[in-house]
Amino acid sequence: MTNPAMIDLEAVKLTNAQMAWRAAQDIEDGAYVNLGIGLPELVAKFQPDGREAIFHTENGVLGFGPAPAKGAEDWDLINAGKKAVTLKPGAAFFHHADSFAMVRGGHLNVAILGAYEVAENGDLANWSTGAGGVPAVGGAMDLVHGARRVAVITDHVTKSGAPKLLTRCTLPLTGVGCVTRIYSSLAVIDIAQGRFVLREKVAGLSVEQLQSLTGAKLHIEAPVTDLTAAQVA
Amino acid sequence: MDKSIPSLAQAVADIPDGASVMIGGFGGSGAPIELIHALIDAGPRNLTVINNNAGNGHVGLAALIAAGQVAKLICSFPRSADPRVFNAKYLAGEIDLELVPQGTLAERIRAGGAGTPAFYTPTSFGTDLARGKPVAEFEGRSYVQERWLKADFALIKAEAGDVMGNLTYRMAARNFNPIMAMAARTTIAQVSRIAPLGSLDPETVVTPGIFVNRVVLAENPAQEEVLNRQEAVYP
Repeated sequence: MTNPAMIDLEAVKLTNAQMAWRAAQDIEDGAYVNLGIGLPELVAKFQPDGREAIFHTENGVLGFGPAPAKGAEDWDLINAGKKAVTLKPGAAFFHHADSFAMVRGGHLNVAILGAYEVAENGDLANWSTGAGGVPAVGGAMDLVHGARRVAVITDHVTKSGAPKLLTRCTLPLTGVGCVTRIYSSLAVIDIAQGRFVLREKVAGLSVEQLQSLTGAKLHIEAPVTDLTAAQVA
Repeated sequence: MDKSIPSLAQAVADIPDGASVMIGGFGGSGAPIELIHALIDAGPRNLTVINNNAGNGHVGLAALIAAGQVAKLICSFPRSADPRVFNAKYLAGEIDLELVPQGTLAERIRAGGAGTPAFYTPTSFGTDLARGKPVAEFEGRSYVQERWLKADFALIKAEAGDVMGNLTYRMAARNFNPIMAMAARTTIAQVSRIAPLGSLDPETVVTPGIFVNRVVLAENPAQEEVLNRQEAVYP
């Protein structure tokens, strides 16, 4: 199934920064948050005024801040993506077993991860395309079972237009029944009782058009609001 | 008591062929580059190496793999900015890979150090990485049984160490180093400075000396990231 209605998605979809901005609006003040490598990392840029989240990185830092100026990197101070970061007041260091005790022990409020596929039963596939090569998993399988809320931030469809939101994942799973909310480039969707529940959609698409780009049924339980995002970059 | 060793070469001289070796670090941060290079010079082969990654560029762990000394790697993320060395060996079938989720890897190592032969974790339940492992239900949720991980040797990097083996770390370079120190029969720590006995505040010691067998000075240690930007190759 590839974009049957030939909808001009580029005209209606959120940018990566806008998706990240939308996800950031749901992070409560004082939350401990882990952001996956890549697109989810952008969420840290868009904390709403008056709220402060504390960011956790698997390699043993709580309370890290943005990248330092070029040339000012300290390579003992990196994040899980091996990028140089800085410290905010109140930061703390710890070893890897404690870091994953924070994860597995349910101490993080939120983890936001990328996705290859998400299924209506909450299954997530984001670590292997199953295509051979060298497999790598990192901390994704731990994060999906640790944080109290596991959200996904992803384009609604693949580059070729195929749905990434499916009845069941086809790729190797990262976790079973773990995702509770999806911030896609076209919609905000909750996963509840094994179903996709549509909460918000971009104004430029009808529900029917969005459904045609989604691989499982979208349920509507309450009025669907427009998915709007600040003009951020 | 004096656990200090005069040279990096002496510190690793008795690591034999076939040994299992934990190597600290997360990417280049906290990686004991000088000890790894001493191990390359010493030349034991058929090693099983436990590290979070699989090396980057042509120094440190990547250089150890390139030298053909590693038969098996246990890691969570064998991907890096420049993974060519590991990828070539892996795709040629010249190195075994045991892929372990990062938190499970850390807890297996901690368990090894703490004398806990097995534990249950929700991580990997229902995935390919749980295949063949016992599963049990606790309070209505499914968990996968994982086993401890121990090693003959650990090569770790710390900031300061005294002759009793007490260690402090620097920033996020701590990562796997303290737990690997616990899980190996012989733990060898390279330190940026030797602290006079009594000068380390006991309140700030992260790894107590009981977990450390040898302390060796590596002043101004190299950072893998810096070496790679210089396109360094070892040896």
